[in-house]
Amino acid sequence: MSKVEAFRQHHFEDVEQQHEASWLGMWVFLATEVMFFGGMFACYFVYRHWYLQAFASASNHLDVLLGGINTAVLICSSFTMALAVHSAETARRKPLIAFLLLTIVLGLLFLGIKFYEYHTKFEEHLVPGSSFRFEASLARPAEIFFSFYFAMTGMHAVHMIIGIGLLTALIFKARRGRFSAAYHTPVELTGLYWHFVDIVWIFLFPLLYLVGRHL
Amino acid sequence: MSSQPVVSVRTYALVFASLLFLTALTTTVAFVDLGKGMHEMAALTIAVCKAVLVILYFMHVRYSDRLTWVFVGAGFFWLLILIGGTMDDVLTRPQLSPSTASVPAQAYPR
Repeated sequence: MSKVEAFRQHHFEDVEQQHEASWLGMWVFLATEVMFFGGMFACYFVYRHWYLQAFASASNHLDVLLGGINTAVLICSSFTMALAVHSAETARRKPLIAFLLLTIVLGLLFLGIKFYEYHTKFEEHLVPGSSFRFEASLARPAEIFFSFYFAMTGMHAVHMIIGIGLLTALIFKARRGRFSAAYHTPVELTGLYWHFVDIVWIFLFPLLYLVGRHL
Repeated sequence: MSSQPVVSVRTYALVFASLLFLTALTTTVAFVDLGKGMHEMAALTIAVCKAVLVILYFMHVRYSDRLTWVFVGAGFFWLLILIGGTMDDVLTRPQLSPSTASVPAQAYPR
């Protein structure tokens, strides 16, 4: 039995088929994730259409610099993730572990900045609820904007935390030498997940932080 | 797929640089007055470009087989139906029944 065959589960004809099943299965999962976030985006578009002015005004209370930095941090993390997959493909274990670690560090940096932003919003009374304060004429729709802000960035952050968990598990596996040029499907699929979470943020950043800047 | 070629670090670096450039571009453009409706267009166009770059290169779809393209395309096609169908209703309703033309006043009961 070849080294590659050792990774084959008995219900697959060969490793090629096994890999294809995992790969397509991951894409099906990501399609459901597109629907999951898509529902929130669709609602956002409807309410933004109804309360255009309030959304623009509320959006200007977000810190565009921190949002921009976080976008860059997340893109960097996607780059290091791509390099981790590349290291796995070329069977270089040390760079693989290093890039996975770097991706985790960047992910934590993103969450740290996000945490600071949330903290500021609490201080500024911009968290929906009884202590929400905003210019009276726009207060209610502005509260709706911030509900979207916390729901969407919150769900995104949950995905980041799950991603960091998956990356941590990969590091332990990589240290035990579980991956090779022939078999590194978990690294590849976690990469897909991580890039997907990056894409969600690529849309969240302009829609939440930038829409009202020119006003 | 395991038949996929290994994407070069150079390609990844180019995509990475493009993504950072487009982030700077979308942020800059947001502060310029482009006229009504153009900001949404600009922001979404740039975001779609960035997403396509990530999907094609970081996620290896460019080097994947047709079946993968169908799976990826289906996800985004349904997203388009979801948002397109919803907005089609919201945007055209005022023309069909003027009584509901404006913002639903009861959308956020006090």
